[in-house]
Amino acid sequence: MSDAPLRVLIVDDEAPARRRLRDVLDDCAEALPIATVGEAADGREAIEMLQVVGADLVLTDIRMPGMDGLELARHLLKLPQPPVVIFTTAYHEHALEAFDVNAIDYLVKPVRVARLLAALQKVPRLRPISSSRLDQMPSSARRFLSVTERSRVILVPLEEVIYLKAELKYITIRTAEREYLLEESLTKLEDEFGPRFVRVHRNCLVAREFIRGFERHVSNEGDAHWEVLLKGVSESLAVSRRQQFIVREIGKD
Amino acid sequence: MRPIIRHNPDPLHLALPDFRNLGTILRILLGVNAVVVVAGWLRESRWEHLASEWIELAGMVEPQLLLALTILYVAQPWFSRLPWATGAAMVAAITVATALVVHAVLEHFTPQSSETLLRRLVFSLLMCVVLLGYFRLRSKALSPAFTEARLQALQARIRPHFLFNSINAVLSLIRAEPTRAEEALEDMADLFRVLMRDNRGLAPLGDEVLLCRQYLALEKLRLGDRLQVEWHLNSMPADALVPPLVLQPLLENAVYHGIEPLSGPGVVSINIFYKGGDVHAILRNPYRVDGGSHHAGNKMAIGNVRERLALHFDAEANLESKVNADVYEVHIRMPYRTAEQSALVRRGPDKPAESRRE
Repeated sequence: MSDAPLRVLIVDDEAPARRRLRDVLDDCAEALPIATVGEAADGREAIEMLQVVGADLVLTDIRMPGMDGLELARHLLKLPQPPVVIFTTAYHEHALEAFDVNAIDYLVKPVRVARLLAALQKVPRLRPISSSRLDQMPSSARRFLSVTERSRVILVPLEEVIYLKAELKYITIRTAEREYLLEESLTKLEDEFGPRFVRVHRNCLVAREFIRGFERHVSNEGDAHWEVLLKGVSESLAVSRRQQFIVREIGKD
Repeated sequence: MRPIIRHNPDPLHLALPDFRNLGTILRILLGVNAVVVVAGWLRESRWEHLASEWIELAGMVEPQLLLALTILYVAQPWFSRLPWATGAAMVAAITVATALVVHAVLEHFTPQSSETLLRRLVFSLLMCVVLLGYFRLRSKALSPAFTEARLQALQARIRPHFLFNSINAVLSLIRAEPTRAEEALEDMADLFRVLMRDNRGLAPLGDEVLLCRQYLALEKLRLGDRLQVEWHLNSMPADALVPPLVLQPLLENAVYHGIEPLSGPGVVSINIFYKGGDVHAILRNPYRVDGGSHHAGNKMAIGNVRERLALHFDAEANLESKVNADVYEVHIRMPYRTAEQSALVRRGPDKPAESRRE
């Protein structure tokens, strides 16, 4: 074990819970070099902080508004050096129940000094949770998409996404401001976010709330097709012949 | 599930129905009229004559029925003190008496009607026996022992989530703010005292509101400014008797589903007032469309409160919940009862005097 202190970030939406964890970490500091590098009130704030201060361990609550602990664990994997995640939870939740205790480490609140110390001592030997393991967790859909740009993780709130378009090996995320590149599969995204998006083309999902209308285009050769008009951006997207039924389906409401 | 060992405090006691209860009155009216409808149809199965048959029968039955119900309504406080057999005999006597009176009056005004005193007496006594039998069975089914068992099963349970989060919050205060920690533990003690005591009787609304304040103080400890509470209690009748824990579980829901999923502050509002003989309580909290996964728990708490309201007040209370744009609203209506009134109108599981807290 190296002499460098273990850098810990605390994530919990409740201030008293964060303070309590800090107190208990202070108690552990007598037995193990620990540095509490910060406190965040939700997953999003945690990711912002981790880009500035590095951490070896993230102690996170599971149920939080904004971005919950499970989603945080997913986005953390995109960091250049992902920290180890240990969940803290007030009551054993279904998400963890479904899991083998060894697969994911978690502490039950209120956390005891001895129990936390034991977990902290294990950290240098722990690997970050793999994304395939997180995939098996019965978690709800993410609220953000995370993309890596110049080794920074950027969170794109799902409600800002206008469309997702598959191009070669990347997916382009379009928001009103700009485009981002994401390395995921369009089919998986469609499964995860279900009714929020509608498939207008083999390679394209459009957010329903950004659909302004449809327009019929006739080419010089006389071929006709529909295009989706979008809110917030001036471009339009082609509707494939196979997906033409959505024009009528969405046009109704 | 808490195993509780105790003597049954109230041995199987069968009371006559409460003749002032809307549910009882409706059941009597519907029961008698259903028989009239069937009787009319048995006598006259040609549809075109059926209506006049029913009108004729109703004209004979209704005056006596309404007269008897009025007498029972007026005499209810006195009835409630009689043993079942005596009371039933009195009801039969009232039935006979009303039959005689109504017959005499009808005879006087329409001498040539097909009405005979014997038929009237037989029909009304038969209905009287059938209905008394029905209410006796019903009262057995809902007898104090049975009702209490059901109320026991329905005892509002605190979410473990809340319990452990609160303990955690109090732990966080002990080192830095011991006085606040003490207050929080006192609130928790009060809350759990109420949760664990015998909650089968009715308790004053004022106590329930106090309990809700203590509960919300604990939640405020955890959630800080995220939880904003608005009380509107200007015209609240604090002496109204309500099922204990009729509001607290709903507030717990409001916090769990309405406030906790919000990053920013949210308002829980509680509006309790008296209107037209009823006590109304309206609870509102922010509603998020995508909070889908927790709905089952919400329905459970609401179903539980609704069932307890039904056991205590029958058809005189109701609970409605609805979503207005981004606000979730629960509206409870209960009859205004006080300790003095319920000393007169005795209902199975009420024990108001005991449940008043210090």
